[in-house]
Amino acid sequence: MAGTICSDILDWRALTTSPARPGNPGPVTLVQAVDAALEAELAADPRVVLLGEDIGRMGGVFRATAGLHARFGENRVLDMPASEAGFVGAAVGMCLAGLRPVVELQFDSFSYPAFEQIVCHLARYRWRTAGATEMPAVLRIPYGGGTHAPELHSDSPEALFCHVPGLVVVTPSSPADAYSMLRWAIRHPDPVIFMEPKRLYRSTRGSLPADPDPEGLPRARVVRPGTDVTIVSYGPSLPTCLEVAEVLAGRGTSAEILDLRALWPLDETAVLTSVRRTRRCVVVHEAPRSCGVGAEVAALVAEHAMFSLDGPVVRVAGLDAPFPMFMLEDLYLPDPGRIVAAVDEALR
Amino acid sequence: MIGSPSVGSDSPASRGGNGTLAVRAGSDGVDCAVDKLRLWTMMVRLRAYDERATLLQRQGRIGAYPTFWGEEAIQAAAVLAVRDADWLFLSYRQNAVPVLRGLPPEQAWAYFRGDPRSFFDPSQFGCAPQCVPLATHLPHAVGWAMGRRLQGGDEVALAFFGDGASSEGDAHEAMNLASVLRAPVVFLCTNNQWAISTPLSRQAAVDHLSARAAGYGMPGATVDGYDPLAVLGAVAEAVDRARDGGGPSLVEASCYRIGPHATADDPSLYRDEAETAVWRQREPIGRFEQQLLDEGLLATQDITEEHERAASAMRAAGHRLDGMPAPTGVEMTAHVLAVPPPSWPGPSAPTFSTGER
Ligand SMILES: Cc1ncc(C[n+]2csc(CCOP(=O)(O)OP(=O)(O)O)c2C)c(N)n1
Ligand SMILES: [Mg+2]
Repeated sequence: MAGTICSDILDWRALTTSPARPGNPGPVTLVQAVDAALEAELAADPRVVLLGEDIGRMGGVFRATAGLHARFGENRVLDMPASEAGFVGAAVGMCLAGLRPVVELQFDSFSYPAFEQIVCHLARYRWRTAGATEMPAVLRIPYGGGTHAPELHSDSPEALFCHVPGLVVVTPSSPADAYSMLRWAIRHPDPVIFMEPKRLYRSTRGSLPADPDPEGLPRARVVRPGTDVTIVSYGPSLPTCLEVAEVLAGRGTSAEILDLRALWPLDETAVLTSVRRTRRCVVVHEAPRSCGVGAEVAALVAEHAMFSLDGPVVRVAGLDAPFPMFMLEDLYLPDPGRIVAAVDEALR
Repeated sequence: MIGSPSVGSDSPASRGGNGTLAVRAGSDGVDCAVDKLRLWTMMVRLRAYDERATLLQRQGRIGAYPTFWGEEAIQAAAVLAVRDADWLFLSYRQNAVPVLRGLPPEQAWAYFRGDPRSFFDPSQFGCAPQCVPLATHLPHAVGWAMGRRLQGGDEVALAFFGDGASSEGDAHEAMNLASVLRAPVVFLCTNNQWAISTPLSRQAAVDHLSARAAGYGMPGATVDGYDPLAVLGAVAEAVDRARDGGGPSLVEASCYRIGPHATADDPSLYRDEAETAVWRQREPIGRFEQQLLDEGLLATQDITEEHERAASAMRAAGHRLDGMPAPTGVEMTAHVLAVPPPSWPGPSAPTFSTGER
């Protein structure tokens, strides 16, 4: 087990400093795709401003805002004091003033101080003003484990946000999606919780699409078609599921991998269509099992596709326990072995 | 334990609160006498609104209502101290402030009847909606003020909060953030010495909440919250400073919560109501009227007439409230999202769907 605490995510020297651009032939990392999307939207719309801790000159602890302070200046890229409730609340006020703030919360768990502002205000302001005010804010939240990070740097709180009416919750699993979905999120009129799988920040590479996701709500995507079982997943667990699909293919099982992309609202049609076809469903995420997104997918399938199923819906998830200290995180995170076992159960 | 507002009319900000202060000298070219009469009229309106609302609650026409009886000077002065383009950020105790800016009283009262049609467009009245969780609207004021400033505007945000709210983390974060950003915000704390049953001594260990301003690197002042001209002077000064790029200020308007916390509250459980009776004698409207009489700006008859006019306007608003049809339920999901998911009910009827799709 590597003992280099956070070095892979915090070591700026490991990063390319020049921001990626769409059309660049060279593949880029997911974090560079985030940077490129922010750059594109800052350039496209003067109402877009970035708020967060250490996002200015430093470019953020993950370098997701590298180069943006230099290009757009301190009135577009605003360093904030360590004050999550304060600056998420300020983002609400900025929306009232007609801006489109994109807030970086440094790590998953540091969204918790801002929770009251998110639940009570960001999510409700449009409703509370009878639709007269929009809250087009984006909260970017690097989330998830697998980076050997200190305590409270590896949480997966996405289901908490899914349970708050008035928020849209999305998460990409590739650089291309990070780019097109973040650009979409910044243009979207409702508040978007943009969960960034920090484990994938530099472990995946891809080229950038030219455009944002289309207007409306993001759809789920079949990232690998298959016929025998649907594996529904998202964000950081997606590459693991693709690995599993290879393993399964080797033994003659054809798995369809569905990337949800939007966690709220769920693309119900995509889930139901796939499951009705394969007649088996496994859901994979690293967030705790109880009341997680997997429970919602399972309930959706039970309510609307019960009679299409040939086996139980099986969940592969984290434990209902605090995310472990990192020496144990590989045990905690869904791994190919657990997913294959779950597929076997669904196929039984 | 509780004395009279201890800085009050001795404070620099309120000096001359007896009528000699050239209120907002030079700003907007508003004549002092005109200002005083406007201030008084607004206070009378607030009183009429508040007393009518309490009556509506007693008659079961609205639900629980947080009276602000005695806090009229602070609210009216604050509204007068800002420009129309400036925004006000409110707590429940300032539920009538949007009415001073044109919201129909019955729409404000509909909130206490649990009717979603009480919701309004903030930009129409320059008032953010009242925020129930204490102090959480203070960061909004900072963000709005910064947002306007970043877009080249010169507007100021004025945010009301209470002595209890001053203990919340969001109050601290907002004041610190505003000061760091030099955001044009006036933090106006109505220190009425009570947060439901909790006295000020359990809320803060400083004599004056305005002392906290120093810790944020902003000016702070305490004024007599029963003296409308003192409040106007202090707030106007803070507003001017904010507009001129001088950053935020903290103004503490000292008073006493003469009424119950809300209509369902029984203050005799936790405080000596004989003491409250003493404070009731100091309420701001009678005191201000005496001053205006002494200065010859008003006659006794003017006072009676104005109170009657305000009361009958509020009575009529109460009737309009009664005439509002009940909401149908479409309001539950109607304005939550600009882009609702396909599974949501259409605009006509909320449904709770089940079954195979
Ligand atoms: C975050 C939060 N905690 C608790 C409450 C419940 N509560 C409502 S009013 C109040 C007291 C507030 O006192 P203060 O700020 O002095 O305002 P006042 O009622 O005197 O106007 C409390 C504790 C709340 N509204 N919000
Ligand atoms: Mg109080």
